[in-house]
Amino acid sequence: MIHMKAIKKIYSTGKVDVEALRGIDLKVEKNEFISIMGPSGSGKSTLMNIMGCLDTPTSGEYYLEQEEVQTLNPNQLAEIRNQKVGFVFQNFNLLPYATAFENVEVPLIFKGVSLRKRRKRSEELLERVGLKDRMDHKPTELSGGEMQRVSIARALANEPSIILADEPTGNLDSVSGKEIVDLFEDLWKQGHTIIVITHDQEISTRTKRIIKLRDGMVVDGA
Amino acid sequence: MHVLMFVTQFLRDMRSQKLRTFLTIFGIIWGTASVVLLLAFGKGLHAQNQRAMYGLGERIVILWGGKTSKPYMGFGRGRWIQLREEDAHLLKREIKEIGGISPEYSKWSTTMRYRKNTVTQNMIGIYPIFGQLRNIYPELGGRFINHVDLEDKKRVVFIGDKLKKDLFGADKAIGKYIFIDNVPFLVVGVMKKKSQDSSYSGRDENKAFIPATTFAAMYGYKYVNNMIFKPEDARQVEFVKNQVYKVLGRKYKFNPEDKEALWMWDTTEMEKFLTYFFLAFRAFLAIIGTFTLIVGGIGVSNIMNVVVEERTKEIGIKMSLGAKKRHVLSQFIFETLIITLVGGVIGFMFAFTVVKIFPYFKLEEYMGTPEISFSAALIAVGVLGLVGLISGFFPARRAANLNPVQALKF
Repeated sequence: MIHMKAIKKIYSTGKVDVEALRGIDLKVEKNEFISIMGPSGSGKSTLMNIMGCLDTPTSGEYYLEQEEVQTLNPNQLAEIRNQKVGFVFQNFNLLPYATAFENVEVPLIFKGVSLRKRRKRSEELLERVGLKDRMDHKPTELSGGEMQRVSIARALANEPSIILADEPTGNLDSVSGKEIVDLFEDLWKQGHTIIVITHDQEISTRTKRIIKLRDGMVVDGA
Repeated sequence: MHVLMFVTQFLRDMRSQKLRTFLTIFGIIWGTASVVLLLAFGKGLHAQNQRAMYGLGERIVILWGGKTSKPYMGFGRGRWIQLREEDAHLLKREIKEIGGISPEYSKWSTTMRYRKNTVTQNMIGIYPIFGQLRNIYPELGGRFINHVDLEDKKRVVFIGDKLKKDLFGADKAIGKYIFIDNVPFLVVGVMKKKSQDSSYSGRDENKAFIPATTFAAMYGYKYVNNMIFKPEDARQVEFVKNQVYKVLGRKYKFNPEDKEALWMWDTTEMEKFLTYFFLAFRAFLAIIGTFTLIVGGIGVSNIMNVVVEERTKEIGIKMSLGAKKRHVLSQFIFETLIITLVGGVIGFMFAFTVVKIFPYFKLEEYMGTPEISFSAALIAVGVLGLVGLISGFFPARRAANLNPVQALKF
């Protein structure tokens, strides 16, 4: 489902070029549960941004469900982010002024789903992550674990092909962190493809495959 | 994007930054009010000038005899041409394009007396149509000189409003007798106050008007001071003027090409000048107003830039969730348009209020009555919309061109 060939990413900061990714070859099949590990600066986040079509590689080929990502224009990339990828961030990235319900609604709005379907779908999703009674709360009125569950519900909104989670438990206490990982496991069992970036051994041991990065290269698990 | 969410977020932003919001909107209010008010006052001033100009007569030509400057048919140059009352009939008969013509006898320092008040003013002898040509309207209860007065050489007089005040003070004038050069005249009408910005024999407000026939019988004048006439159609004024030279040239034997044999004051030329002048003047006002509005727009644009800056993170989040450029673009343009709209509406209401209140200051004599015309409103709305769009566009484009990864790190 994901196929990366010789993906390179070079950041030009003035005179110095920083090679964040130095030729990544990677395949991910449908319904995998993967963790990506590596020390900071090893290129984990860069890799995730490219996988999620937030960023484009400097060179190399990337196929996401037969889609040749490097040939797409910004609008098509936005559509991929909207419909094929679901992001879960370390700091949740919820819209602070919107309720849990409205936050889940956002990807549906960008897809152009009608109001009635949106309402039904958002309720369903929040129920699925166990927050049905918290729908009208704003992020500031929710705990960290609850916020992360809202963002997972949001990530699932348009039935994405993959869920990309960047340190999803990094800002959570261990109990909530465990709940989030349980949730990911459930989703995996329901057939979702999940890729988690983490430092946490406890999480990575629960995934079915561990990809290790170092200095912008895959050193294990490719 | 979800309009309701747009609006809630927008209102939240506005509330949390009250001073900033106020200053932003104020720029637009001021700009809109400037455009509308400047145009309204420009129009009012034009109308007032036109009214004052029409006080002398609406598109009339004033005709005096002159002095020939060319020898013609054996006559040398330098011969005086003097007009007679019957020339008015001659011209009317010969030139059918003349809509109305009246001779005007004139006698300066005519003594007029009512009881103990004596006033010395200009008195003129005219035809009934003179009133129409000159925009002279009687005050309620009175009338202008009419045909019966003319035919019967009646000793009736119509007086200007200022002359009435000088003679009668606050007393009623109509129906009273005044002595004009010691002859009793019945006052049949008083002129309704009018603005008059130019004259050749004093303002009408100071004059006494009597029938031309009465005048001639009383004083035995052979010649009239001048005539006033009006072409049926203002566009024919040049033709009519040439015809007058021809007809009178034939009668008085002067060369019709001799422009000095008669002297004419064509008030339509002044009107043309005024029309162009005010067109330019109003364009100038519109430009000033527009610049004010543009400055307001620059303020809005700046604020929107700040707003984009503040919401960089949020834009990143939305992009990660699939927002396209046009979603981001439209959100910011929408917000800018709302600010502009609110400012515009308030500015409009302000201008409207000023225009409504202005007449109470009693300045219309000098500044006219401002008037918000449809075209002024259209110009203001057009400029406002354009300013809104442009001032929103650049910040919005900046937002839409953000790199999602960078924006998320913000």
